[in-house]
Amino acid sequence: MPRSLGEKTHEPTGGQTVGPFFAFGLDYPKKHEVVFPHSPGAIVLGGTVFDGAGAPIPDAVIEIWSADENGEIPRAHGAFRRDDHSFTGFGRAATTDVGRYEFWTRNPGPTGGTAPFFSVVVFARGLPDKLVTRIYLPEPEELLATDPLLSSLDDAERATLIATRPPDGNLHHDIRLQGEKETVFLAF
Amino acid sequence: MTSAESELRDEEAFSSSVVLEQTAAAPESLLASPDQLTQREITQEIVDYHAAAARREAAGEKLPISLHDFPPYRSSLLRHPTKNLKLVDPETIELWSPAFGQRDVAAIEADLTLQHISEPQGERITVQGRLLDSWGRPLANQLVEIWQANAAGRYIHQRDQHPAPLDPNFTGAGRTVTNDDGEYSFTTIKPGAYPWKNHVNAWRPAHIHFSVFGSGFTQRLVTQMYFPGDPLFPLDPIYNTIWRQKDRDRLIGLYDHDLSVPEFSMGYRFDIVVDGPDATWFEPEEGEH
Repeated sequence: MPRSLGEKTHEPTGGQTVGPFFAFGLDYPKKHEVVFPHSPGAIVLGGTVFDGAGAPIPDAVIEIWSADENGEIPRAHGAFRRDDHSFTGFGRAATTDVGRYEFWTRNPGPTGGTAPFFSVVVFARGLPDKLVTRIYLPEPEELLATDPLLSSLDDAERATLIATRPPDGNLHHDIRLQGEKETVFLAF
Repeated sequence: MTSAESELRDEEAFSSSVVLEQTAAAPESLLASPDQLTQREITQEIVDYHAAAARREAAGEKLPISLHDFPPYRSSLLRHPTKNLKLVDPETIELWSPAFGQRDVAAIEADLTLQHISEPQGERITVQGRLLDSWGRPLANQLVEIWQANAAGRYIHQRDQHPAPLDPNFTGAGRTVTNDDGEYSFTTIKPGAYPWKNHVNAWRPAHIHFSVFGSGFTQRLVTQMYFPGDPLFPLDPIYNTIWRQKDRDRLIGLYDHDLSVPEFSMGYRFDIVVDGPDATWFEPEEGEH
């Protein structure tokens, strides 16, 4: 049986913005290649990060973390030293000058029969603390229909959390920090 | 290029720019806020927004440690969510973090003074601390990344246009993995204060950026460590996005003479507590997923 930990005893350290000049600090080779590009099962998960005026954000960092294609939680080391075959589940991408992020990864499978999603953390200049969200796969629909978070949202909010699948089989998902179609961000 | 070719290129450039929904601005052009208030005005805004947060809390509202909506930090205006964050129980993958090991970093990455042909300029420091969760339990084998300006307050980043010297012997980025007691240690140099364009004569207090992972991905934290007694604290909108004094105090590295190394470096201690795993979280037993 799991055991409860009881009341928290330590106050958390507050978050701060990554600032404008994080590129050299958070960079490392193949950081956005969760899997080797074009390897069997590899897809591109990508999109644009927008601000409240609809302008792309060129200085954001997106991190993803997901189960493997069987829904297993990855325990392999090496997310910061890619060996091009271990699945570590973690990737990091800095947005380009036109606000675009891209990952090479795989479709996560359902963990314990629940709707598969990528856990996502967003950092940016101008964002005083991280934001956490999810990117759900657009399928299978029966699992999306019973997901507790998605079920608690209206249609417009749900749409901000579910990626679209173009005919090429990749995943497209924009993230909007503010405004109409603002992405649903999470607290725990 | 002939003038006809040049015309054609202009036309192409024009036609491709009109198909874009919105042309992206050059990133450098975004760094200066358009209104350029005085320091006095910004400082007053900081005081006013802190007071407003205190009133909201007194009225029963639960406020986060860092305010996403903090107008004195001008670039937050269009980049903060306007809806309340959706409160959910962490599920499946969110209860775990990537697994890191010694293979993810080389030992030399923890020493920012040894990365080039010779030693960097500046005051050599040791920054050491522990990574803990909300129950004070040490978090072992977690990745800690840092990045910072050099002793003159200049970042190596290509968009940094501060006319202070770059240091050919200093990049300013390091990483390490915490040991079994959740401890990390870096050797670096003390960064300088750094000018930015949030308002007129805006200066950031000297700081080191920290990025850490907890045992669950929802605990992911990026923060900044400051140095004791900096006169820029009340003037800085970013430091003050954390609205309670007691929370701001926790971002200041403590001078620790026991960490100073004779004839070598000054020592600072900076412990980091990641929030959670949240109160409803149960610790899985060994081997349980």
